[in-house]
Amino acid sequence: MLELKMVNTFYGSIQALKDVSISVTKGEIITLIGANGAGKTTTLMSVSGIVRPASGSILFEDRDLNDLEPDQIVAAGVSHVPEGRRIFPYLTVQENLDLGAYLRRDSAGVRKDLEYVFELFPILSQRRHQAGGTLSGGEQQMLAISRSLMARPRLLLLDEPSLGLAPLIVQQIFEILVQINRQNGTTIFLVEQNAYMALRVAHRGYVMENGSIVLTDDTRVLLENEQVKEAYLGV
Amino acid sequence: MNYFLGLFVSGLTRGSIYALLALGYTMVYGIIELINFAHGEIYMIGAFTALILASVLSIAGLDALSILVIASLVAMIYSAAYGYTMEKIAYKPVRHSQRLSALISAIGMSLFLQNYVRLAQTSNFLPFPALIPRFTFLDLLPFRASSAQFVIFVTTAVVMILLTFLIKFTRIGKSMRAASQDKTMAMLLGVNVNRVISVTFLIGSATAALGGVLISSFTGQINFFIGFMAGIKAFVAAVLGGIGSIPGAVLGSFVLGWTESFGAGYISSDYEDVFAFAILVLILIFKPSGLLGRPENKKV
Ligand SMILES: Nc1ncnc2c1ncn2[C@@H]1O[C@H](COP(=O)(O)OP(=O)(O)OP(=O)(O)O)[C@@H](O)[C@H]1O
Ligand SMILES: [Mg+2]
Repeated sequence: MLELKMVNTFYGSIQALKDVSISVTKGEIITLIGANGAGKTTTLMSVSGIVRPASGSILFEDRDLNDLEPDQIVAAGVSHVPEGRRIFPYLTVQENLDLGAYLRRDSAGVRKDLEYVFELFPILSQRRHQAGGTLSGGEQQMLAISRSLMARPRLLLLDEPSLGLAPLIVQQIFEILVQINRQNGTTIFLVEQNAYMALRVAHRGYVMENGSIVLTDDTRVLLENEQVKEAYLGV
Repeated sequence: MNYFLGLFVSGLTRGSIYALLALGYTMVYGIIELINFAHGEIYMIGAFTALILASVLSIAGLDALSILVIASLVAMIYSAAYGYTMEKIAYKPVRHSQRLSALISAIGMSLFLQNYVRLAQTSNFLPFPALIPRFTFLDLLPFRASSAQFVIFVTTAVVMILLTFLIKFTRIGKSMRAASQDKTMAMLLGVNVNRVISVTFLIGSATAALGGVLISSFTGQINFFIGFMAGIKAFVAAVLGGIGSIPGAVLGSFVLGWTESFGAGYISSDYEDVFAFAILVLILIFKPSGLLGRPENKKV
């Protein structure tokens, strides 16, 4: 479904991604783990068209995303929950959700999806008319995920959804991600520093170091890998 | 009392014109954090467009009110096209450079447009026809309020209401607010930010042109330089209200209009501009984010 081939991305003269190749199959959850500054966010931003690779291709269902503008990439079915949630602080919860459905014209479907995200996260329905900036960190993450779901994506990109959240909330959010993947068949590309949680929910994983993919395998294998255990699982 | 009411009305008129202009400053700043120094020139170009049209239409024998409506609409469309083009050629190319580049580009645009109109038209003042008809019901008021003042205030109020509705409830309005808060996030949700910026320039330029036409019809003369002082005053009003905030721009405009007219009426008309800048200095000292501005200046 998504195929990154030999992607190289630069910020000025700094090379953030080096020959990165990742493939995501329809219906699966894959995770990309790595230390601070490894290039995980850059990988997702390259898929969304916010940063442009200098070389390599990013194919999504046979279209090269490098040729599309960010809004066309959303229209193609990719939705990105960025690092740090980026809720619009002065828009209400409802307005944030409306913007998630910005490109959609099927108002009946949008209403149904709104009900769906309120079922997933009932707290959002209570906070509906509150400004986004007044929500707690956990609520903001729920809103960020819901907002992206409102686009009804086929591929959901998530950048560190566990960042700064209490373990219980992280648990809850990961369970819901699995539920979204199972119920709707939404393919999920999960970037995480919380490697243990990510490797538990994902089917396959990639490990990134200094802008390069150094390891990839089924998550069950990665969880037993000595190198991974030592570097990312703190065992 | 009637003297007071007269000054009140004159402040309201000034405030209305400032508001029509200040909207453009504040909306543009809200989205691309640029002080569009050439905004006053768009107002001036609106006035010139209306003057040319009014001359042609009056030869054609139309009545004043029809001329006013047609000339205003055409001036708004024409100026909007100017604003749109200005953004594309002078601001978009430097959007990702340092702030200073965009500011210099804006000042250059302002000088270019002033001198272009001076060469294409004249540097003398030209008489502007009084297009606003006389409403006799205003004679019944105990204080002096001309038809022009009445039309200016009512038009401004209608524009503000429409704009508030647009920003608050429409799809484009929501995307404007989103882009002003976080452009990258708006893009990640499928908002075409370039288009949002263009629409902002279109709207701001059209309302500025409307202000230019109305005030010229009130004062009765124009030249290539009218946008300069009006632009600076409207900018002061926008900062006063909190740059980036639309209600702030409106409030700041009326506060400025009244300060000027009461200051001129009760103290001395020689110091009119001094009052405007004095109030700016005061607000910058005591509330740098402006009357309704958000602390870190974010916006619309
Ligand atoms: N806008 C930018 N300009 C310059 N360099 C950048 C920029 N964004 C990221 N970098 C650099 O690119 C490299 C990869 O950054 P990236 O944000 O992709 O890492 P990450 O894996 O997401 O890290 P983290 O886990 O801390 O979020 C880092 O060395 C970073 O300093
Ligand atoms: Mg990151």
